[in-house]
Amino acid sequence: MTAIQEAPEAVTTEPTTVPATVLPSREPAPETPEQPRRVGGNTRSDVLALWGAGASGLSVALLLFGRIAPLSGALGFVVTAYLVFLVIYAVLVGLEHDGPAVRDRVMTVVLWSAAALLFTALVLVIGFTVWRGREALPHPNFFTQDMQNAGPLDPLTLGGIDHAILGTLIMIAIALVITVPLGVACAVYLNQIRGRFSRFVRTIVEAMTALPSIVAGLMIYATWILILGQQKSGLAAGFAITVMMLPIVIRAADVVLRLVPGNLTEAAEALGASRWRTVWHVVLPTARSGLATAVILGTARGIGETSPVLLTAGYNTGLNADPLHGPMVSLPLAVFTFVKSPEPAMIARAFGTAVVLMALVLVLFTIARVIGGRGPGQQTKRKARRAARASQRDAQRFAKLRSPALSLPFREASASAGTDPRTGENL
Amino acid sequence: MTSADAVPGRPWGGGRQPDDVPRRLNAARGLGDRIFRYQLTAAGVAVLAIMAAVGVFLLLRATQALKATGFSFLTTAAWQPDVHDFGIAAVLTGTLLIAMVAVLVSLPLALGTALFISEVAPRRLRRTLISMVDLMAAVPSVVYGLWGLFFLQQHVITLSRWLSDWFGWIPLLKVDGTEPGQPLASASVYTASAFVAGIVVALMVTPIQCSVMREVFSQAPAGEREGAYALGATRWGMIRSVTLPYGRGGIIGGTMLGLGRALGETIAVYLIISPVFVIQPHILQTGTNSVSSLIALHYGDASEFGMSALMAAGLALFVLTLAVNFTASTIVARSRSGAQSEA
Repeated sequence: MTAIQEAPEAVTTEPTTVPATVLPSREPAPETPEQPRRVGGNTRSDVLALWGAGASGLSVALLLFGRIAPLSGALGFVVTAYLVFLVIYAVLVGLEHDGPAVRDRVMTVVLWSAAALLFTALVLVIGFTVWRGREALPHPNFFTQDMQNAGPLDPLTLGGIDHAILGTLIMIAIALVITVPLGVACAVYLNQIRGRFSRFVRTIVEAMTALPSIVAGLMIYATWILILGQQKSGLAAGFAITVMMLPIVIRAADVVLRLVPGNLTEAAEALGASRWRTVWHVVLPTARSGLATAVILGTARGIGETSPVLLTAGYNTGLNADPLHGPMVSLPLAVFTFVKSPEPAMIARAFGTAVVLMALVLVLFTIARVIGGRGPGQQTKRKARRAARASQRDAQRFAKLRSPALSLPFREASASAGTDPRTGENL
Repeated sequence: MTSADAVPGRPWGGGRQPDDVPRRLNAARGLGDRIFRYQLTAAGVAVLAIMAAVGVFLLLRATQALKATGFSFLTTAAWQPDVHDFGIAAVLTGTLLIAMVAVLVSLPLALGTALFISEVAPRRLRRTLISMVDLMAAVPSVVYGLWGLFFLQQHVITLSRWLSDWFGWIPLLKVDGTEPGQPLASASVYTASAFVAGIVVALMVTPIQCSVMREVFSQAPAGEREGAYALGATRWGMIRSVTLPYGRGGIIGGTMLGLGRALGETIAVYLIISPVFVIQPHILQTGTNSVSSLIALHYGDASEFGMSALMAAGLALFVLTLAVNFTASTIVARSRSGAQSEA
């Protein structure tokens, strides 16, 4: 633009003999609102091609399966319809566009369908379990009784799974008591103390995240039960779940701690804080929500595992609240045991138990998502207000000191929740 | 200018003074800090010890059985530890076949979903989809087992029959006792096969593979993406020329991580298969076995020596998954080079 505007001046001030290039003076462009060109999105013909191909794919499959060829089966129908749809869609797009565009459109459809297939499977798994669980779940005794008085042939109005619910809660509590302090400490270790040994620990932990859960159970069986001579109990099952959960929690916590902004820890160290004060007052509070998510997701995995519990907890049908003595049963183990019976009532109980287990996992998962929705250091409004109040108190304290060497400007207004209280006010 | 020709007494000379050595920063650690370091190190050592204990104690308990059989532990198919005739040839074959089916089914699914989430999906859908993939990873394995046993199996029979009719000439897909074009053959030869178990395990490992791949894809450099678009690439062209080459390590590593999970899966496989103790290479045919379901099947009625044999099988599984996982995490870590540096 600048070159065009300057051109007439150059012509008038400097007369030359050679004819200079003269740009025609341009009137200012008429004031029309700019309309951004659409670069993405679907045009009408795209939508029509998609729907048309879909309709013709369905029709061809209907024709093939109903009239022409002696084909049958729902799976074959869907696959045929899909393949025909893809081919016709490619042809329709090819009428208007060139090769790369056709490939792009077809692959986009393929990627959509891959994701759709996966999520259909998820919905089927959950939906089928809930559907089959509808027989056992409406009976209130399912949640308030144990299986002590209910045999395989008894109707669903007798017996329940409260012993399994209690057992699951006890086992996961034991596992959490060990996992949370040890796991978070180990994650902090991996982050804070660098060196060859900590890298080695990290490698081992990463490889152990996919430790077969039955091997975890086998290890506790070999040590706790065979070598130490203890009996099968809730405690042993808790240990087995711990072995399985620990690498998962450490790995997730390690990833979260790595996301803590370096300038926060540097600020703490610049203020003279020692290492442990930095970790305790800056790193851990900043990563709190992420750490909670890591622990909760690990818990969800630990609750659902059957095989460590299978080897170490034994199986009982009555309520047992003592993790030290006697066998104990967990929800997944109860599902597993019920489903091995051929009786329809037991299988209905298995599905009901599976729904309870899944609901538990879903609740944990939702809590994890709600807590972990924010990145490290992002605060809720309440937290921000609390931090602002704390820093206001600090500022007042400093103002009271009135040390001549340290005269801090004290501004009431800036202690509002809008500014970042952590970095702005704490000084 | 070297330090030799710097004139003494002229500190702004630019050169280094002879006595100008960088001061050694003395970060004197207080007592609290030292205790803190010791505690953290102790936590790290404790975790390492627990993990090492898994291998050590398995090995300890397994020596008795391994001594009794020696090398034939790897080549015997039968499992009769009380007459000292046992080995993991059959169960290991079954485990590998189930894992192979699982990876073959899950790889396209995971790759497609990961690409969809990172490249194609509308931005507002993305968080929901990621949550759903994570949820899928959190669904207990016993639930997948129930679904596979009561729902999937009867629907897969059609596919199994079609595959064995048309591709029965491939040894892996052959089914004994059926002939092509004989639709009235009993459907029960297709149930409880490695194929059904593999599909169920595939659903369990897809979310893991998918989240590893998606994470690597989303780190593909924006500059190169925009460069591809600027050169006129379509979205698929950009994916092929930037995202996929950049994420190759993530694809391989994620697949192998899934493979590690698939090898160790117990309960879903146990519920679906009907155990046999011969080497069964026909994946569509009923009857197969896996190391972990062998352990779950026999731990209850095992004698002391039988338990030792089971520990040996567990050790073999442990070593196998550990090798796969080590390779996988090395590949993933290499593909993420630079992503670990501090922001």
